[in-house]
Amino acid sequence: MSMRIPVEKFRLDNGLLVMLSQDKTAPIVAVNLWYHVGSANERSGRTGFAHLFEHMLFQGSENVTANEHFELVQRAGGTLNGSTWLERTNYFETVPSNQLALALWLESDRMGALLPAMTQKKLDTQRDVVKNERRWSVDNQPYGTCWEKLQELAFPEWHPFHHSLIGSMEDLSEASLEDVAQFFRTYYTPDNAVLSIAGDFEVDEARKLVELYFGPIPRGSGRPPLNKMDLPATFGRSRRVVVEDDVSLCRIYMAFRSPVFGSREYYAASVAGAILGMRRGSRLYRSLVRDRQIAADATAFTFDLAKGADILIIDVTARPDIAAEQLEAEVTREVDLMRKDGVSEAEVDRAVALIQTDIVTVMQTASERADRLSMFATLLGDPDLVNEQADLYAAVAAAEVTAFARDRMGPDNRAILIYVPKERPETINEDDSVEVAAS
Amino acid sequence: MIRPQPSAPREYHFPKFEVRILENGMRIIVASVQKLPVVTVLAVIDATAIADPAGKEGLAELTAQAIREGTTDIDGAQLTLEFEKLGTSFESGADWDSTVASMTVLRDKLAKAFSLFSDVIMAPAFRSDDIERLKAERLSERLQIIDEPRGLAEETFSRFLYAEGARYGEPMSGSSKSVTAITRDDVANFYSENYSAASTTLIFVGDLTLDEGVELGQASFGAWKGARKSIVVKADVPARTSRASRIVSKSDAAQSELRIGHVGVPRVHKDYFSIVVMNAILGGLFSSRINLNLREAHGFTYGASSYYDWRRQAGPFVISTAVQSEVTVAAITEVLNEIDRIRNEQIGEDELSLATSYLGGVFPIRYETTAAIAAALANMVTLKLPESYYDTYRSNIAAVTTLDVLNAAKEYVHPDELQILVVGDPTLLKAPIEALQVGRLTVLDWVEA
Repeated sequence: MSMRIPVEKFRLDNGLLVMLSQDKTAPIVAVNLWYHVGSANERSGRTGFAHLFEHMLFQGSENVTANEHFELVQRAGGTLNGSTWLERTNYFETVPSNQLALALWLESDRMGALLPAMTQKKLDTQRDVVKNERRWSVDNQPYGTCWEKLQELAFPEWHPFHHSLIGSMEDLSEASLEDVAQFFRTYYTPDNAVLSIAGDFEVDEARKLVELYFGPIPRGSGRPPLNKMDLPATFGRSRRVVVEDDVSLCRIYMAFRSPVFGSREYYAASVAGAILGMRRGSRLYRSLVRDRQIAADATAFTFDLAKGADILIIDVTARPDIAAEQLEAEVTREVDLMRKDGVSEAEVDRAVALIQTDIVTVMQTASERADRLSMFATLLGDPDLVNEQADLYAAVAAAEVTAFARDRMGPDNRAILIYVPKERPETINEDDSVEVAAS
Repeated sequence: MIRPQPSAPREYHFPKFEVRILENGMRIIVASVQKLPVVTVLAVIDATAIADPAGKEGLAELTAQAIREGTTDIDGAQLTLEFEKLGTSFESGADWDSTVASMTVLRDKLAKAFSLFSDVIMAPAFRSDDIERLKAERLSERLQIIDEPRGLAEETFSRFLYAEGARYGEPMSGSSKSVTAITRDDVANFYSENYSAASTTLIFVGDLTLDEGVELGQASFGAWKGARKSIVVKADVPARTSRASRIVSKSDAAQSELRIGHVGVPRVHKDYFSIVVMNAILGGLFSSRINLNLREAHGFTYGASSYYDWRRQAGPFVISTAVQSEVTVAAITEVLNEIDRIRNEQIGEDELSLATSYLGGVFPIRYETTAAIAAALANMVTLKLPESYYDTYRSNIAAVTTLDVLNAAKEYVHPDELQILVVGDPTLLKAPIEALQVGRLTVLDWVEA
């Protein structure tokens, strides 16, 4: 099975790398920008700032008023959003193909001239919105602190991946307009971004529009280097944290330091994750959910980090009557089993077959095509890798996965995060509850 | 720099599809979409959660899950592996109006995978052990749902909206109590009564031809039998027709999960398009009134929206948000103001065109994938929409006027009947909500029944 999408690339004089991938199946086009900046680039005392900044990019620019970006794209019949991750921030629109110029113009206006539109009031409002996002997705959510706790466990304090992406309430409160200006000047420059266009367009026309709108934006003065990213291959020991949370079921996360995204060994790690926890035929699901019936759910996946080190994470939620100790022992047993006996060709084949299908189906949408192009260009410097993934996975041998398990899943490389139910006040059944009527 | 103007739009048509009926009454729909070497297969079965027997709510869903636990030839663990070796999974579930089984598979694996797919649907074994395990898994899932403030809000809101005994008041997949009451025989009986050739539509979307789809369907399902069982459902009625409010206790909650609404209208409705546009302006879009007010003007929330839960019978109309606990009452007040405003003032042409051009424009974006096209066709089958439905959708949206929107708001949004539910901290919320005088207030704890 082979599937290749067309990839054409060129670079503007100001450093902006542009990828074009034509597909005229439907009259729609996706525009996707990755800025090579994420929470890893935040200075100390400003956790959460990269994400707060992403919100500010929807607050208007020199020629666009607050929230007009959203309105113009929606009025054009398009969808849009942005997202922030440890290593990057992306912004994207999918619009009817006759509105390509609008999407490019909007992106260029905020890349070229964001600061004239920034005000204290906008910053204050978005700070409140983001604090509510934190309450919604972290503080008021069962197991909601898991990502920030896993990052804390898996990366040393000095490391840029150590701190929380959503940020602390205190740091969010500290963010100032001066921070916005500085962050913008430093990171939101054409030479620190890539632009992908996928879908229905004429190549010459798209090129012309990109040059027209993005060409005049001056190059930046260079992105400051990140703190040292390199890490030893393993943690060197087991780390373990137990958290009491407002939950009914225990849950364990077990993270292993693993090879960076895109490396040869990454694919073995990714396949190891799929063998352990991708879908109902995976080892953990079959053993813990189906056979032993001690788990409600079990998955495993990589974070896909391209700098320093990645992490492979196992995530298993217990059945109601299963204690954390038992859950941990059973998960550990499965991991040890894989280290001891390795994996079979049949297991690799199952995992790779599932991944291959995903690689093809995800390419059905213009927005995903554009996003993958931007991802490979930003993180690995080569957008053509989008067409190599199926082969790279197909080439993974059982021996490589076995070697990964042996070398990277031992007791010297486990970060364990366990959630246990906290004591709750005794509650009463709804049927028996006393209704307190307002007068 | 001058803002760009759009060029001439290129025409778009929803993918062409054709319908065939086999001799046994099974329908086959094929949409040939050749973009990538992939095919999505759906079996849409007239087995609905709304028809679950009282006290055994969740039976339709449990049956949908139980079919994938193995056939008379092969057990569930092995069956799962057989699908996954082909790079796909058999997924199945029931909702209020249908049961859907599905898989998305690469073209060159279709024949093998489809052969398994048809076995699963026609010859499930329903081993008792598997049924008991699925029931236990559902009990775990119940605990996880009500641990989540959002899940808890949605469930308690349905129960609050509908009259005692209404099916819509109970969770679609059943409560702990109702699922516990389901037996292996219930599942087997539900299957034999509801799963049959005449009650099933097969949908193929992707890299195949009509003939290929029909041949596959005929070869595997041609000998399947069974008539269509007619499902008679009485409409669920609201619990009350006056305002009421309820706090579901979640002490020390960092936010209040807020739901405001009432029983809406059935999906197949003469004013459907006017209601859709009205809702888009009220709370359906990012640039809607409610979101711009609560999020962008006040910073109360990460997001606020309104929606109609479209079902064959009247599902809930809901305004949904999570706000910082301290501003709960202010947020409720803003929502009530927005509801009054959309009923009292005709919207401007500008606001109308924002909604209609959005809904019309994103239509092709919604149907880029084989799975999305197949789901749209399933929707057409379930709701018995005309075959021209997707071809005429955009002109129907474009035809809505500002007066239609006003009339839809006046006729279908009922401020006097609004039910207000907050999952949050009662010590902080009780007095101020009482002071709002938005109907009789009840404060409850939740324990799974």
